[in-house]
Amino acid sequence: MSNILTAENVTKRFGGLTAVGRLSIEIPEKSIYSVIGPNGAGKTTFFNCITGFYHPEDGDIIFDGRSILGLSSDQISQRGISRTYQNIRLFSNLTTIENVLVGQHALLKSTLLGPIFGLAGTKREEAEAVIEAKRLLAFVSLLRKGDLLAKNLPYGDQRRLEIARALASKPKLLLLDEPTAGMNPNETEDMTKFIRRLRDELGITILLIEHDMRVVMGISEKITVLDYGEKIAEGTPKDIQGNERVIEAYLGRGSAAQITA
Amino acid sequence: MEYESKKSWWLQALQTGLIGGVVAVLVSLIGMVASFHERDIIAGQITMGQTVLLLIVIVFAYFSSRGTETTNVSNRLISGALTGLVTASFIVGLILLGKAVNLREVLVNASPALYKILTFEMENLTTAYIYLLLGGTVIGLLSAMIHLIPSVWRNAVINGLLLVLLIALLQDLIRLILVPFPSITKALAWMFGTKGQEGLSVVGAITVFLIVTLVNLFSTAQGDNMRKRIQSLPKGSQQGLRWITWIIIAALLLIWPRVAGTYLSEVTNTVGLFILMGLGLNIVVGYAGLLDLGYVAFFALGAYTMAVLTTTGGEITANFQWTFWEALPVAIFMAVLAGVVLGIPVLRIRGDYLAIITLGFGEIIRIMFLSDFLKPHLGGSFGIVLIASPTFGNLSLNTPQTLYYVILAGCMLALFVAYRLRDSRIGRAWKAIREDEDVAQAMGINLTSTKLLAFATGAAFGGLSGAIFAAKLSTVYPHSFVLLVSINVLALIIVGGMGSLPGVIVGALLLVGLPELLREFSEFRLLIYGALLIAMMLNKPEGFIPEAVHLRELHEVEEEDNVTQTAVA
Repeated sequence: MSNILTAENVTKRFGGLTAVGRLSIEIPEKSIYSVIGPNGAGKTTFFNCITGFYHPEDGDIIFDGRSILGLSSDQISQRGISRTYQNIRLFSNLTTIENVLVGQHALLKSTLLGPIFGLAGTKREEAEAVIEAKRLLAFVSLLRKGDLLAKNLPYGDQRRLEIARALASKPKLLLLDEPTAGMNPNETEDMTKFIRRLRDELGITILLIEHDMRVVMGISEKITVLDYGEKIAEGTPKDIQGNERVIEAYLGRGSAAQITA
Repeated sequence: MEYESKKSWWLQALQTGLIGGVVAVLVSLIGMVASFHERDIIAGQITMGQTVLLLIVIVFAYFSSRGTETTNVSNRLISGALTGLVTASFIVGLILLGKAVNLREVLVNASPALYKILTFEMENLTTAYIYLLLGGTVIGLLSAMIHLIPSVWRNAVINGLLLVLLIALLQDLIRLILVPFPSITKALAWMFGTKGQEGLSVVGAITVFLIVTLVNLFSTAQGDNMRKRIQSLPKGSQQGLRWITWIIIAALLLIWPRVAGTYLSEVTNTVGLFILMGLGLNIVVGYAGLLDLGYVAFFALGAYTMAVLTTTGGEITANFQWTFWEALPVAIFMAVLAGVVLGIPVLRIRGDYLAIITLGFGEIIRIMFLSDFLKPHLGGSFGIVLIASPTFGNLSLNTPQTLYYVILAGCMLALFVAYRLRDSRIGRAWKAIREDEDVAQAMGINLTSTKLLAFATGAAFGGLSGAIFAAKLSTVYPHSFVLLVSINVLALIIVGGMGSLPGVIVGALLLVGLPELLREFSEFRLLIYGALLIAMMLNKPEGFIPEAVHLRELHEVEEEDNVTQTAVA
């Protein structure tokens, strides 16, 4: 299986602080890959480096065989990387379906003249976009709420709408930043199933940041653990569960000995 | 919030009364009451100045009793009366103070005439005080009672009162319109004050109030019924009805200048130019959320391009002497070009900083037109004269009544374009940028081209408006393009409703049309503007007609449950 994304020695510094240091990761195609680590370990910074929000000082990020370093976030999105946000960032004053339609932006072509003159091509494109948006909303069970403003949706719906919006750009790689944050055990369970469906039914590679260990251990094929911006462990869920350095990073020095004792 | 709710209702009423009193004293001392006193609302009975004071008592008492937490009816009434009493006592206090000390040395408007108005021209001061205090209490009580009547009646009564005020204010214009129809003038003579008097007659005011209130009541009672009946009609007839409505509106718009006469057409034209600018700025600010305070620059560029290309004055170096229609596309193009030129450097700048930079841009353009350096080409402070009027066949459209059609066509075009773009791919991208620029970009939206498109489209409308403006006045001066124009356009969008197309029209009518018609109050125009904006931001920040949500009627769609078998909660 080839790798869809390869990060080589990615380094991002803010002043004197190294948020991500010499991080290398290889994400196989069609896998579910998790990045975990204590708060402030640099997980979201790493996401921001991949999606072009930040530009790393050093290293390279290869997506689908080509470097995406230095590209702007819209160009990266057009290459096929899409993401959600730790603190939900929907277009709150647009309706649910409009959020998904914005997600399709790069796939549509019309500019000023098409809609002004009501050209046939633009009308067809728009109608198809609405059908596609409805399909995506049905996929996340939000079709009935398509006309509500995004800000009026309940929390769980907003999380799923964010995923539907991310899916609308037909990504090959989907980055989910704490998709189960703030959810109760039932909702978390459903979200976990949903993430697996994304991979199984749509064939999308998933890169996940997650704090809930049950979710991480349950669905990830491979895990990378970050601490202070550096990779401290990598492997299958089983490898990680027994790793001393990981336990130390989460619970402090000495804890590993106590637990294993 | 918690603190607010703990405060007892009468303290709140007292506080509201205090604010009302301060406002009443303020409007008296800045000369608003005295200046408004020149206008009669009801001939010989009550003047605009007194109406302002009355309105202050009514509004503050109304809100005071609305704000009362308790559902207790008597508490609500008492708080209204209390507010009225406190407000009135401030006016009494002002008179007492004014009689004791000579306030005039510092406050020029504290004139004997003012006290005369405040005491309703009563000779005996003690009775005047008692009347004022009693009056304030009673009016406060009455306004509190507005809450007690059912909302249908309440709205009807409020609309009735507002319309009496509006008709009384605009009565000279109404009479002016009626001049060509002597029979109607005669038939309606009883409505207005007798010769030399302004305002409505007592009978006229009561009649207007009754008619409006009853029509209002009837229409709310029947409105739902009608709507249901229309909805039950077959699709074809519904379409037909919509067409008929549009045709009636179109016909009214087309015959308007004939009915309105020169002066009203002139006012309408000014409103139209501001609607055009409002529609343009609405794309930049309302849709794309890019706060542009230098919008007047595009208006100015359109006007000056038109001026340079068509002037026959021979005072500047350029001597093109083009016709209006030849110059129009160039004027729009120049504005668009300026939009792009301004757009490129400010692409990365957001929010407040963008506002400051665009503000500077607007000033630069104005000062450029004013400069001595460019005087041979642009006329400096003398401006450019003898600008061509638009023509239609052999007809020169140089009167307000004929120019109206050019402006109407421009507004229709701009409305159409803005409407079509609103729900297009670009329109959605603009709104996405407005909501969250970073996320919009991560969604694949190219910020550079999308923002430039917004600037360019907005500038085009501004340029069009400016070009017509130049032709309308047939002269342009740099001082027509001051910052205040940008502020006006922005304010009308905010008051109408950001991103809302009908809002632009309502905003322009309210903030441009009304002040234009009430010229003698122009001294206080900015004050009223400011007060209106503050009141708007506090009570209805989304504007009079908030941006419409584009509904696709998805709630009726049966969800394809088979697609979502493992439904996520």
